[in-house]
Amino acid sequence: MSLVTPLNRVLGLGSAKEGTEHWWGQRLSAVALAVLGLWLVIAVAGLESFGYASVAGWVQQPLTSVLLVLTILTLCYHSQLGVQIVVEDYVHAEGLKITMLIASTFVHILLAAVGVVAVLRLAFGASV
Amino acid sequence: MDRVERPLSPHLQVYRPQITSVLSILHRATGVALSLGLIVLVYWLLRLASGPAAYAQTQALLGSGLLKLCYTGWAFCFFYHLANGIRHLVWDLGLGFENNQISLGGWIVVVFATAATLVFSLTVIF
Repeated sequence: MSLVTPLNRVLGLGSAKEGTEHWWGQRLSAVALAVLGLWLVIAVAGLESFGYASVAGWVQQPLTSVLLVLTILTLCYHSQLGVQIVVEDYVHAEGLKITMLIASTFVHILLAAVGVVAVLRLAFGASV
Repeated sequence: MDRVERPLSPHLQVYRPQITSVLSILHRATGVALSLGLIVLVYWLLRLASGPAAYAQTQALLGSGLLKLCYTGWAFCFFYHLANGIRHLVWDLGLGFENNQISLGGWIVVVFATAATLVFSLTVIF
């Protein structure tokens, strides 16, 4: 007789409570970033200058705004997953590990929020 | 609880560095470095969104010589992590696991990352 509930058997998750989500999320975001990251580097390399008018004008182009928002969100997601693995693998003191994981999660969410707001603020032409 | 201090495996210090192990740890190291670079990228955008005056101050700061060296480092981290990441994705497809393929792929990644970093540094950063 199995004590596993029918729901858990369908979900295929044991006592680990999670399956391959982390692995899959890392791969999926990696594929996205192979495109988005390369785009970002090539686009930045193609900027006329790093002066305000040149960079702001670039960010304000609709396609740039969209791709930048996607890039920032994907970067933060991928980076959070990666830092999590590194912390889990190398930090063995339980308290410090949990603290670093929480801090890393919060910082990545903060970076995502700041990055997206910055791009949208420029995209929607807020007067500054 | 009393724990017997048994020897732990692997003894990293007794292994001869090989292209496989060196590139593997380099993938993690460059990933962590890029995570730090993400902070600079977002800060750059934040100051850009804060207007021309704020951005001019930041441009002076971010354009300093010391940081240009950092950008070169981050450029290498990016190109390396990108190329080696694609190498990992190919492995995930179950391809390229022969010893000579692993080694060849590794060297291709190193050469690509070095060349791309040189080109990017000379044309964009400096």
